[in-house]
Amino acid sequence: MPTKIEKDSLTGRDTTGHEWDGLKELNTPLPKWWLWTFYACIAFSAVWVVIYPSIPGWRGTSGWIAREAVVAEVAEANARNAPMMARLREATPAQIAADPEMRAFATAGGRVAFANNCAGCHGAGGQGAVGGFPSLADDDWLWGGTLEAIQHTIRHGIRSNESDDQRQSQMPRFGADGLLTAAQINDVAEHVLSFTGRATDQAAAGRGAPLYAEQCASCHGDRGEGNREFGAPRLTDQVWLYGGSKRDIVAMIGNARAGVMPAWGQGRLDPAIVNMLTVYVHSLGGGE
Amino acid sequence: MFRWLRDHGVIERNLILMGVLTLITVSIGGLVQIVPLFAVETTIERVSGVRPYTPLEQMGRDIYVREGCYTCHSQMVRPFRDELERYGHFSLAAESMYDHPFQWGSKRTGPDLARVGGRYSDDWHAAHLRSPRALVPASVMPPYAFLDRPLDYSDIQDRLRALRIAGVPYSDEMIANARADIEAQARPDADASGFQGRYARARQAAFDGDPGRVTEMDALVAYLQMLGTLVDFRDVTPAQLRQP
Repeated sequence: MPTKIEKDSLTGRDTTGHEWDGLKELNTPLPKWWLWTFYACIAFSAVWVVIYPSIPGWRGTSGWIAREAVVAEVAEANARNAPMMARLREATPAQIAADPEMRAFATAGGRVAFANNCAGCHGAGGQGAVGGFPSLADDDWLWGGTLEAIQHTIRHGIRSNESDDQRQSQMPRFGADGLLTAAQINDVAEHVLSFTGRATDQAAAGRGAPLYAEQCASCHGDRGEGNREFGAPRLTDQVWLYGGSKRDIVAMIGNARAGVMPAWGQGRLDPAIVNMLTVYVHSLGGGE
Repeated sequence: MFRWLRDHGVIERNLILMGVLTLITVSIGGLVQIVPLFAVETTIERVSGVRPYTPLEQMGRDIYVREGCYTCHSQMVRPFRDELERYGHFSLAAESMYDHPFQWGSKRTGPDLARVGGRYSDDWHAAHLRSPRALVPASVMPPYAFLDRPLDYSDIQDRLRALRIAGVPYSDEMIANARADIEAQARPDADASGFQGRYARARQAAFDGDPGRVTEMDALVAYLQMLGTLVDFRDVTPAQLRQP
């Protein structure tokens, strides 16, 4: 192909020297700054390969490794917090709550630990969710709302089979296991609704009373006051774990459900963080 | 200066020279990608506890891939302090050595899931998959309520055989019992003596809340609940984590 570099009259630039059926092309080289940046990047990468771990089997001249660096960084941060964390580990939640300095640290750290570990089920503000995820911001507690009770629940969990001291109970499945007939379940549900003045069929509620006394009262109390020893909810308020409509109550009696909470104090979280969570949860609104 | 570098005309006019230079350039690119694979064994930490997925977990993993969970969730706790504080120990190569393909990812619309196992209850996972915003109001995750349909695991043995070709140490016994093991794991009261022997620390549960049938929800929740739980980091020493 003939090569004849010409000066383009309009732009004053050189052409590439090629010609296709009368069409000529301007020669527009890459800008100098771009080209030199590109060369600098190549040089930089060569230096990087030597200094940092880039080649299998060789750590590079700096000896830097991300994993070791982060372990050292975490150790340094933990060392800064160590004196306060040691105090929080040794103290009881009541002592933490009574000491302004420890309480401030525990509340701030507890908020972060709660957002990370607890908010998925209990909600960002501890408001809970329908379907077995109890609110921690009200005064209706399944297993107790004192500092000691909250600490025990966080530490050992509920029905997770991760601790021998876990909260444990099991409501029978009265319908699925054939303990009560559908009609009897309807009557018991009406009786339960009567605790909150919502029974629509007084005759059925009356028939349900002896069934309730026989089957339910040992855990939920004669008058539906609940029992924290078994985590049996109070049935006389407007707070319902799995919904409070008649349909929900019938479903719960027939095919009981029970929530599971992991044991956070069995290796998952530092005991100091369990104590911080205890104080934080206690402060959400319902602490006793 | 560098005038000769810009004068491609010499190369473009010589077919053999261009062929040789092309070959050299492509070879460099290939070697950079291939050579490290010869050393991949040395990157796997010598920790204990990592086992092949149970058949039910493997079905859940396949659903995870099928639904594209990896487009929003990574499975890689990176070695940064903020990640360690939030998710736990940084991920090890050993923890995904039986993953084909791995699900490390880098896109995090949702949180990293490498250590989600055991963090929530089975009920939570099932309820959250059915309706994410019922539990996390700010979530943008789509609902997966349709996973409550029966799990089709008729081809589970073929799946395990394929993984064995890829290097996952499924034994003949594991493949022969794959279907029974799925049913054993999804029912808390099923006889699991053989199952527990084949898959250490595998948990049996009615993952979807219904012990009566095996659903896709069972499989996915079983998979999520084991993620990141196989290695007990209380027993791991720095020497075991050391990569040459």
